[in-house]
Amino acid sequence: METMSKLGELSIALLILIGALFCALSAFGLIRLPDVYLRSHAATKSATLGVLCVLAGVFLYFMFFLDQVSVKLLLGIAFVFITSPIAGHLNGRAAYRQGVPLWDKSVRDDLQSALTEETQTGTQTLRPPPNEPESK
Amino acid sequence: MIDHLLTASLAVLSLAVLGCLYRLLKGPSMADRIASLDAIGINLLAVVAVLCLLFRTQAYIDTILVIGILTFIGTTAFARYIERGVVLEDGDDEQAR
Repeated sequence: METMSKLGELSIALLILIGALFCALSAFGLIRLPDVYLRSHAATKSATLGVLCVLAGVFLYFMFFLDQVSVKLLLGIAFVFITSPIAGHLNGRAAYRQGVPLWDKSVRDDLQSALTEETQTGTQTLRPPPNEPESK
Repeated sequence: MIDHLLTASLAVLSLAVLGCLYRLLKGPSMADRIASLDAIGINLLAVVAVLCLLFRTQAYIDTILVIGILTFIGTTAFARYIERGVVLEDGDDEQAR
């Protein structure tokens, strides 16, 4: 029984350490990648995964070893899981509409053709068409 | 044993915050800085969670929720600001957009 609880503690600590390593990896990507869009890819996805690993490890430790089920921690996990990709998407959209250039070795830009089509059909560019208001 | 591993993960998370701080100071565009601020907030949330576990207390779990909410609202407000120039809009005036 003693070894089992030691093993459980060890695996939970390893889960937390792996989450922290994912966070460090996302910071590395944030430093090294060449472009806003590639950087936000690093900062959003792997940081979310790392934080989810850390929070899940803390939740499991509280549940198994201290006998406290923390609903607030579950709520935090769900909140981070939902809002972090949304924030990354908003940031990327704002960067594109502000005109931040892509990396000069990028080969494809689908949003560019979509926005120019929108301009040719008469609606104003960089803005949603007026018959579909963005927020009601 | 677990306390050593938790301290190591705190050190790794601090390194991650430092890396984001470099991008926050240097980043060529505003969107870089916003993305790195978002990453710093997310990493701080993990730091607070690990501290909760180190001290074996649930007292700081509310802090996790507050940091998460503030990070999301801050990123949204900054993104709207650099996209449109305003954060809150009235809804009926067209030239403010």
